[in-house]
Amino acid sequence: MIACEVVIVGGGLGGLTLAASLGAAGIDVVCLEREAPSRTRSAAHDGRTTAIAYGPQQVLAACGVWDKIERDACPILRIHVADQDSPPSLSFLHHEVGAAPFGWIVDNRTLRRALEERIAELKRHVRVLAPAQMATLDCGALQARVTLTDGRVVTAQLAVGADGRRSASREQAGIGSYGWDYGQTAIVATLLHEIPHDNIAVENFLPGGPLATLPMTDARRGHDGLTHRSSLVWSEQTAAAQALMTCDEAAFTAALQEKVGAWLGRVRLEGPRFAYPLNLRRAKRLTAPRFALVSEAAHGIHPIAGQGLNLGMRDIAALRDELVRATRLGLDLGHPDILRRYEHARRFDNGAMVLGMDLLVRLFSNAIPPVQTARRFGLGLVQHIGPVRRFFMRVAMGERDTAPFPTPKTG
Amino acid sequence: MPHAAPSVAEDEVARFSAQATDWWNPEGSFRALHRLNPLRLAYVRDNICEHFNRDPEKRQALRGLRVVDVGCGGGLLAEPLARLGADVTGVDASEEGIAAARAHAKLSGLKVDYRVDSVEALAASSARYDVVTALEIIEHVADLKSFLAAATKLLNPGGLMLLSTLNRTPRSFALGIVAAEYILGWVPCGTHEWQKFVRPSELTRHLEGQGMTVTDLTGMVFNPLAGAFELRKGDLRVNYLLAARKA
Ligand SMILES: Cc1cc2nc3c(=O)[nH]c(=O)nc-3n(C[C@H](O)[C@H](O)[C@H](O)COP(=O)(O)OP(=O)(O)OC[C@H]3O[C@@H](n4cnc5c(N)ncnc54)[C@H](O)[C@@H]3O)c2cc1C
Repeated sequence: MIACEVVIVGGGLGGLTLAASLGAAGIDVVCLEREAPSRTRSAAHDGRTTAIAYGPQQVLAACGVWDKIERDACPILRIHVADQDSPPSLSFLHHEVGAAPFGWIVDNRTLRRALEERIAELKRHVRVLAPAQMATLDCGALQARVTLTDGRVVTAQLAVGADGRRSASREQAGIGSYGWDYGQTAIVATLLHEIPHDNIAVENFLPGGPLATLPMTDARRGHDGLTHRSSLVWSEQTAAAQALMTCDEAAFTAALQEKVGAWLGRVRLEGPRFAYPLNLRRAKRLTAPRFALVSEAAHGIHPIAGQGLNLGMRDIAALRDELVRATRLGLDLGHPDILRRYEHARRFDNGAMVLGMDLLVRLFSNAIPPVQTARRFGLGLVQHIGPVRRFFMRVAMGERDTAPFPTPKTG
Repeated sequence: MPHAAPSVAEDEVARFSAQATDWWNPEGSFRALHRLNPLRLAYVRDNICEHFNRDPEKRQALRGLRVVDVGCGGGLLAEPLARLGADVTGVDASEEGIAAARAHAKLSGLKVDYRVDSVEALAASSARYDVVTALEIIEHVADLKSFLAAATKLLNPGGLMLLSTLNRTPRSFALGIVAAEYILGWVPCGTHEWQKFVRPSELTRHLEGQGMTVTDLTGMVFNPLAGAFELRKGDLRVNYLLAARKA
């Protein structure tokens, strides 16, 4: 039997960030990951990049991970939103909300490597078991216990579900969820291009779904003289996406070049294409006795504004704050007060973001003329009203104080 | 991993659990205490840290301090204090309480010295402490004066005493007895006798008679909007906490 204070089910980017955050605060953690390290570290495992907003960057800095990725993180200084290539469109400049960039683009493999490195430094407090798959979770009055498929048992004061959208721990804890499919699939790939991106992120709302190019640091070794890089997230109706996934690279590049136009110059793929079906899944509650959900296990959303992990990072920061507060009171880390405060702190923000992103998807993924007119009008309006613009930008930057009411202080 | 509980055999877990579950079930008969606990702990920690010049941000803020919790019940206060590094003794007259406390401490992997004893008997021994805590207990004792004399005797010179109880006011009758016991069912009916509630002025007078100096009085007030208790300096009408120093 393995004993610890907090057991985290799932060692994706969410689970690992929580493990590092708690370990840095001196809390003893065991993190369970189903896949073997040889698999999670391989290039074929995750082709995505993550847009890390200012708030989540602070979370990574606080647990000592940011230092390790800063060099490979490309700042976003301008966000350009286009509606099916036609003006007016929105353009956000970062110094309208202060000196810091909107966020940084980091590829997921770099982020994972940095998290693992930090966790190795924190080995006094953090253990990652992999491969280690949860079979059952049993949250009793006195402790939480996870039984692995290989028979090992891990006990803790609190169990955290960070096992992604199809969270089995969520189900085991008896927390229901709801969701729907967008009928869209995101194609993700890293692009090499001729003209520098000037740190601009472009999101173009096309009828089939949004197409985004996100600025990355230059390639160490380019191809065909192309060294500038951007990350492509191209959402399409699933049938169209399947065609784009199966066609040869030349055909794909031609289709892509047509969509992104001339602003990046000539483009080509740096590596393979990855396909992610897009759906929404949200847990009905975030907590059960001795159990809390974070990140995608709590809410999987559409990547339309690159907010998925950002939202998860805010869960992680809130849970970390509550657990640190509890350690300073000497409380059992499964104390209901901790869970009540966590649920309270996160419910509004998560709800607003999940609904907001869903609305964006529905509003922008169609070509119905009145909707088109309305949203152009909407974009034009936002562009011209300073406070509204700044509010949107702050939310996009992932600051935590945008919730309309503060959480009550109870000592 | 310094804070981890040691491995416990399956059958022991089951046996201990049966004893400890009532005291330690956050939704059971001690629900109100569980909800109050973080707030009481914050008060106790902050007063001890201030008095003994400790950093309240440290996980082991109370390391090395000798604390006795009088009327410790199942150990709801004693265990957190032990986690904060204090060297804790818990005394309670109830054998079941102490049995539950012992069982639970074992499960939590914490060392607390639990004893079935009265405060007077303990004071008659040579044991002395840096801190005496007696929370939600003095409204239950038969002889307050003798209780406070013994509690004072348990303290080292310069030691700190922390008490909490219910004031004897019309409001405490309405909230502490009628609402808490009969309407909301937070505590079992018959838990409290209003006549035994103690006014802050009476408590201060008793303590001063023992040579103690009262350094703080703070109210614990239920805020229905937040659904939680909070500390409020000026409002001692129902639940309140008190800190006193021995010369
Ligand atoms: C196309 C796309 C683009 C995105 N872009 C962005 C972006 O720009 N910015 C942003 O902030 N977010 C973005 N996101 C979201 C982001 O990728 C996720 O939020 C992030 O990866 C965090 O996921 P997670 O760790 O919660 O879950 P996951 O990555 O799903 O990790 C869950 C882990 O749990 C493990 N697991 C599952 N079951 C068990 C079990 N029973 N026992 C043990 N382990 C188990 C799995 O193996 C997995 O490793 C994007 C998502 C998509 C699909």
